[in-house]
Amino acid sequence: MGKKTVLELMINGDAFEIACAPNMTLLEALRDKAFLTGTKRGCDTGGCGACTVILDGEAVLACLTLAVEAEGCDIRTIEGIARDGKLSSLQETFVEHGAIQCGFCSPGFIMSATAMLAEIPSPGREEIRRHLAGNLCRCTGYAKIIGAVEAAAGKDRGGEK
Amino acid sequence: MKVLNVVGRRIPMHDAAAKAMGQAQFTDDLELPGMLQGRLVRSTIAHGRILQVDVSRALALPGVKGVITGRDIPDRVFGIVPKGKDEHALARDKVRYIGDAVAAVVAVDMETAEEAVRLVRVEYEELPAVFDPLDAIREGAPVVHDNVPNNTSASIRKEWGDVENAFAKSDYVFEDSFYSQAVNHAPLEPHAAMARYDPQSAELTIWSSTQIPYFLKRNLATTLLIPENKVRVIKPKVGGGFGGKIDMFAKDFCACWFARELLRPVKFVYEREEVFQNTRQRHPMYITVKTGVARDGKILAQRIKAHADGGAYNSTAPLMITLSCFFIMIPYRIENLFYEGYHVYTNKPTGGAMRGHGIPQARFAIERQIDLIAGRIGVDAVEMRVLNAIQPGEPHPAGFIINTCGFADSVKEAAKAIGWTEKRGKLPFGRGVGIAGASFPSGVANMAHLSSGAVVQLTREGRVNVLSGAADIGQGAETVICQIVAEQLGVPMEDVRITAADTGICPLDAGTFGSGVTVRAGNAALLAANDVRGQLFPFVAERLEASIDDLVAADRRIWVKDSPDRGMSLTDALQAYQYADRPLPIVGRGAWIPPTEQPTSLLTKNGNFSPSYSFMTQAAEVEVDTETGKVTVIKMVTAHDCGQPINPMLVEGQLEGSIIGGMGQALYEDSTCIDGQQYNPSFLDYGFPTAMEMPEMESVHIDTDDPLGPFGAKEAGEGTQLAPAPAIVNAIADAIGLEFHRLPVTPAMILEGLRKKQGKAEGTDSSPFYRRHYKEAGVEPGDIKTFEDIRKVPKIEKGMFRDVQKNEPFPYGDMLAVPREKITIFRQPLKRWSGASPK
Repeated sequence: MGKKTVLELMINGDAFEIACAPNMTLLEALRDKAFLTGTKRGCDTGGCGACTVILDGEAVLACLTLAVEAEGCDIRTIEGIARDGKLSSLQETFVEHGAIQCGFCSPGFIMSATAMLAEIPSPGREEIRRHLAGNLCRCTGYAKIIGAVEAAAGKDRGGEK
Repeated sequence: MKVLNVVGRRIPMHDAAAKAMGQAQFTDDLELPGMLQGRLVRSTIAHGRILQVDVSRALALPGVKGVITGRDIPDRVFGIVPKGKDEHALARDKVRYIGDAVAAVVAVDMETAEEAVRLVRVEYEELPAVFDPLDAIREGAPVVHDNVPNNTSASIRKEWGDVENAFAKSDYVFEDSFYSQAVNHAPLEPHAAMARYDPQSAELTIWSSTQIPYFLKRNLATTLLIPENKVRVIKPKVGGGFGGKIDMFAKDFCACWFARELLRPVKFVYEREEVFQNTRQRHPMYITVKTGVARDGKILAQRIKAHADGGAYNSTAPLMITLSCFFIMIPYRIENLFYEGYHVYTNKPTGGAMRGHGIPQARFAIERQIDLIAGRIGVDAVEMRVLNAIQPGEPHPAGFIINTCGFADSVKEAAKAIGWTEKRGKLPFGRGVGIAGASFPSGVANMAHLSSGAVVQLTREGRVNVLSGAADIGQGAETVICQIVAEQLGVPMEDVRITAADTGICPLDAGTFGSGVTVRAGNAALLAANDVRGQLFPFVAERLEASIDDLVAADRRIWVKDSPDRGMSLTDALQAYQYADRPLPIVGRGAWIPPTEQPTSLLTKNGNFSPSYSFMTQAAEVEVDTETGKVTVIKMVTAHDCGQPINPMLVEGQLEGSIIGGMGQALYEDSTCIDGQQYNPSFLDYGFPTAMEMPEMESVHIDTDDPLGPFGAKEAGEGTQLAPAPAIVNAIADAIGLEFHRLPVTPAMILEGLRKKQGKAEGTDSSPFYRRHYKEAGVEPGDIKTFEDIRKVPKIEKGMFRDVQKNEPFPYGDMLAVPREKITIFRQPLKRWSGASPK
């Protein structure tokens, strides 16, 4: 346990002052210090993607990122993607398409897909699969998750689906 | 398919938005003021006596609030099945596998607790250990539990007809052996528990990631030596269970123990490694099947012997081996059967219920052998399955009552959808199709205590509150129950609120296992909703001057059938009810138990196992890369008789998840344990399927309408994970002609098999040595078509090799199947490779 320093983290646009040891992960800072428990701890070793957050526009695993690395970054978590009292398109399609069963992996999937759609607005099925390959789901068999991402991409383009 | 106002519709889960926003709370997301964190000290050896546990250094660490060992807690064992209880929350005298919990610590934070774990010193007297059930049953094998000298803690024998006589009358009799590996449930949410104690009422409250709150309550009361009514179990959101959260674990007991001792809330959360090593896994199983068939493929008799590797403790042992046996008795008609199955202790991680619970291993053996037999006797594998399929209403030798059964149709439909006739045996080398079938119970009927209750309150404002004991672990149980109630009371889903799985306020429920929730808890909710109707509707009928039977309720209105104008809104009806001085609130009660005779024993008596049985056939198309050995599942079809789906979208979700789970079992997953040490207890090393491996999935609904299920529903949670693995392995056989008898089928096994196969063909064609021996035996490689033909293959002995090696060119003689100049390296094995069985 090293000496604690106070970090200022910008999480979903809000400034948090967090006292943390140098070895504290961003996941611990989010869950245990900022009490943003929507980001899930599935393995703590970078194997499941349940802790995916968006750091300056890029999807990262919070369990493999040190909190100190995130200082000065724009940190987006699952709690910060609904806007103006409305779910994001991905959150909506995840709900409508049955892409959520137990829901433990859902925040990670939604964050990975959010980062992907910001970069690739019209992804093909294979692209979606590749981008979500780092997120594990044991309930859905992935089909409805991929369907939800396709539908959200369509929605954001103003399409019917 | 029935599509009503709410039932039969593709409605999102009622808590999906909360989950999508990250607001749904799982056990590890809960936090109470002053809460302590706990960790467990685990055994580093596979088998040994605990001589001494020194906790003094751990206790002295600042921030540590308590340390306990197995000697500090009551000497009480727990388990799922009453006669199989064999586990202490913390090991007392002996540790039985690497990872057995020896001591527990709690501290102000996780870092301190982890440090304290490192400071606990445990001294063991190491004992010889045993790691394979076939070794464990041998005379003189190490004894895992002293009270079970032969390590066989549960067994079942089931017999009917005259098996030996039927074998004698069979045209062919085949015997084959199969092995299924250890598979971890790997739910995304690690197991967790948080407890709080109220000294005034002496009540413990525990929030636990459990599938069966009432089992946990009972086991906690038994082991803590407190009355059951002093334990309240609350199930928060559970992040997947698949059977792995049925049992009580050390974390549950220890959280309660410390909460009571220290008067502070305590939380225990398992690490991923602990989920792999220290919770439960699918039992590895050896199964030998001997089957007698007639020339046309009709099964005349089966004799089955199974040994399940139970690991260190029983968990569900007697039930698991019973299920494994009983679901061989269906979906095929077997007139003469003899089954013996054994659950054997080893010094390994413990087996438990896992999606399918003992049946996937049996189905792998049976469905693989059907394909092998079909190939050997030259009948079509689909026709053989249809020929032997059980029919609805058919008397069953073990007393099963099969009201509805779409199995034969499911085989035909799955075959049609995969393109069986055009593809089987006709695709290019490396590509193939395979099929397999199964059946599963909708909960257990013949254990009389398995009942579910529900309370439905219709408020003055027209809001509906449901209390149910059902445990939603992500499959959507709460949503299905809300749909049933909403349908009966004529309100939309959003008017129904459900509170479930809190033993302090919800009615009794048997919990989530054996796929009984929709039928059992759904029926209870249906009865409760009908009770509400029975109070309000006679009043409305009177007002509308109509007969009760003619009333229709939907969209918050009640009206007379065929006269939509003769009606009133639900809130108007409730207001009129109140103003007529009828008592409010309207509360309906329901309790449901499957029709059963008095408690029957699963192990010794015949009887109906379940109120209804689901049926399914899965067909796979695969492509095998013969360079890398990699198998790609291209498509998987499921033809599914689950009765009438309450929510087709959720049924699909179950089915698609099962397919990926079954693929994992077939091709990737194996909790590798060598000398008691697990080698891959992480997601990265274990490797269950990702979105990259997902095949195209198609489902075909086989329409049946069950008389006992709510709105005709049957189970849909587990059955679909039984057949994917054999279907895939059968498809691999069609693709490359290799017959695998053990799971998982890895690229290494495929390459090895292809090499052997190729080697043999090349050898017999081009090697003068092999050509000579084949000629002497009067057989050509192409002659070997059936099992019997293998007897004609000449036996090559070591001495024969030695003899020809004396000839030029040294050291090959005339063995070479390729020209001499193609040989780059010569390797002679020093000792014989020990073969396939894991020892």
